[in-house]
Amino acid sequence: MNDSTPNQRWHTIVTTVENKPGVLARVSGLFSRRNYNIHSLAVAPTDDERFSRITFTVDVEGTPLDQVVKQLNKLINVVDIQELNPADSVERELMLITVHIGDRRKELMEIVDDYRAYVLSEGDDRIMLSWSARPARLDELEERLRPFGIVELQRTGRVALPSLDN
Amino acid sequence: MTSKPINGGEALVRSLELEGVDVMFGLPGGAILPVYDPIIDSSIRHVLVRHEQGAGHMAQGYAHATGRPGVAMVTSGPAATNIVTPLLDAHMDSVPMVCITGQVPYGAIGTDAFQEADTTGITMAATKHNFLVSEAQDIPRIIHEAFHIATTGRPGPVLVDIPKDIVDPTNPRSAIDWYEATDADMDLPGYKPIKDGDPALIREAVELIRDAERPILYVGGGILKARAAEALRAFAEMTQIPVVTTLMARGAFPDRHELCLGMPGMHGNYTAVMAMQESDLLISLGARFDDRVTGKLDGFAPTAKIVHVDIDPAELGKVRQYNVGIQGDCRVVIEGMLEAMGELGGAGVQTDRTAWRSTVSGWQEKFPMTYEQSEPGDKLKPQFCIEQLRDLNPADTIVCSGVGQHQMYASQYWKFDHPYTWINSGGLGTMGFSIPAAIGAKAGMPDSRVWAIDGDGCFQMTAQELVTATVEDIPIKVALLNNSYLGMVRQWQEMFYDERFSEVHLSDRVPDFVKWSEAMGCEAIRVESPEEVAPAIERANEINDRSVVVEFVTDARENVFPMVAAGKTNSEVLVHPSQQDLLS
Repeated sequence: MNDSTPNQRWHTIVTTVENKPGVLARVSGLFSRRNYNIHSLAVAPTDDERFSRITFTVDVEGTPLDQVVKQLNKLINVVDIQELNPADSVERELMLITVHIGDRRKELMEIVDDYRAYVLSEGDDRIMLSWSARPARLDELEERLRPFGIVELQRTGRVALPSLDN
Repeated sequence: MTSKPINGGEALVRSLELEGVDVMFGLPGGAILPVYDPIIDSSIRHVLVRHEQGAGHMAQGYAHATGRPGVAMVTSGPAATNIVTPLLDAHMDSVPMVCITGQVPYGAIGTDAFQEADTTGITMAATKHNFLVSEAQDIPRIIHEAFHIATTGRPGPVLVDIPKDIVDPTNPRSAIDWYEATDADMDLPGYKPIKDGDPALIREAVELIRDAERPILYVGGGILKARAAEALRAFAEMTQIPVVTTLMARGAFPDRHELCLGMPGMHGNYTAVMAMQESDLLISLGARFDDRVTGKLDGFAPTAKIVHVDIDPAELGKVRQYNVGIQGDCRVVIEGMLEAMGELGGAGVQTDRTAWRSTVSGWQEKFPMTYEQSEPGDKLKPQFCIEQLRDLNPADTIVCSGVGQHQMYASQYWKFDHPYTWINSGGLGTMGFSIPAAIGAKAGMPDSRVWAIDGDGCFQMTAQELVTATVEDIPIKVALLNNSYLGMVRQWQEMFYDERFSEVHLSDRVPDFVKWSEAMGCEAIRVESPEEVAPAIERANEINDRSVVVEFVTDARENVFPMVAAGKTNSEVLVHPSQQDLLS
């Protein structure tokens, strides 16, 4: 078993691309030109500095995943593409969130403990937390914290790898 | 290998020579200046155009006619943006082309320098690939990569943007250790085109073909790109399956062949349209189910299974789901299908198709292409002019067209019996394509007769390239069908906008096409009555030392038929009004 959300609308595509200027523009340009919808995007170099990895989550309700993958494959700088079905992969996303503390510090810290989030910084009436989890769990924490008053929130976009238990 | 220091500009020109470039089309300017100096000493013939769009379409025409990549070279900024239209045109129609653009010095990029444009950014969606070269040392390798990408897999345009400093001999950044780039130097880890089709899928395809009762070979431009016309003919003759040739594939199968049904689609002939529509198996070879072929998609060929062969896997299933989809080069796959058909027991094991053949020939007899001849005193019928041109020119004449009614008449009424004799802008539909494309074709095939069939709207977009034709001694012939209108738009306004004609009437008075053509160094003839048509064409055919423009003054009321209206299914094809009663 794995811990991902069985939501078939979002598919994760992990592409290995040449680490060259303009490659991200080619990839994102392809999505806009072909009217594909990127839900989330994460980019970083791989262990081999010649290549970067771009992880997308795409909305495959309107466009068959197959077409997205084939069009991506036509880009000369795209070296490899892996499609990850949410059911067979592990996804993680990082969130940084600053919330008001107000007069409910105790309640807030219970939530932090519940989720095992990290306290990164604390100031007058504000606390900054960091948490990494699968995206649906981040949504959940976000909703728990919302009543305190969200000051700032930043999420990274998801990264994914195939799970090992199937 | 010898290695001696030369500059980037010399390396660029030498690299082009090594790729076998014999002609290139271009126009110099600031950022590309240093490359124009070694051009003087090069074996490459440079054709100086009057507008950069012309350079691009000439490179396309050259590539269509010769099968070799067309090369255009222009400067930065406005020159680069002027060539975007031909690049996208080549991209849509899979034309192999390499375009060199100048760029401001590498260090000045991003500063909004004079004549700076983000050329690679602008052309990303208009090319198969593009490069911004940062170091002179990379020039030979990147030029080799550019030609490799342009000519392999699904062909297309590749742009190489060259900053001025790396080709300017006065700049130390232009020094390179020369090397002759080979395939081993290429660094394209993500580019692996596949030519061979999967034998198991080829076998499946052939089994579907064997069992089909109403098969049609639906042939697109990929046949020409794959040099597969001979293989196609062998397969069609073996299986006796009728062939439709799309606008991009006219000539890929001879029009005069008994199995040829001609062009399908929005202005296809009735038989080609209906044969696809009623088919139980469409064997699509290098075609892409373009909306101009399918009409309303959910009513297209409703009973047909699909075998789809294309070198670009993204075409398989993009528009219409296939039963068997084969990624591969059309020639290789067709040869595989011939062999597989032999293994199944040859053509004789196929389902009996007598009924289908008689249905198809029934349509051909009932609904031939037709138009009404002009009444005395009326203006010329454009179809008549095309028929006369066809009958008075050899079958291997290269015909280039612009976009609009004249393009459809040319495709409908010419008889294309040889591959690579029909050059037009199919996917992008670029008005003004024909004159520069014809010049490019003639530059590549100097011994061939080249006719541009143009309309008066198109002519006014790119006619200045006739000056290029005159000065560079590349004589072409232009049949200008002048109806004083943007004819195709006029037709739509007549048929679908209650005859409310909006901004489609050009002018009955100006320009004077004869005077204009003469001013550009051409022989010019105006033709206004049917009996003048043949003598004018014959005279044009006798003139080979300069370009000739024959202006045919044609009837603006004439519309292109058959027609499948936008949003309609192919079953709702409108035939010529005189045949309407025959539709049961």
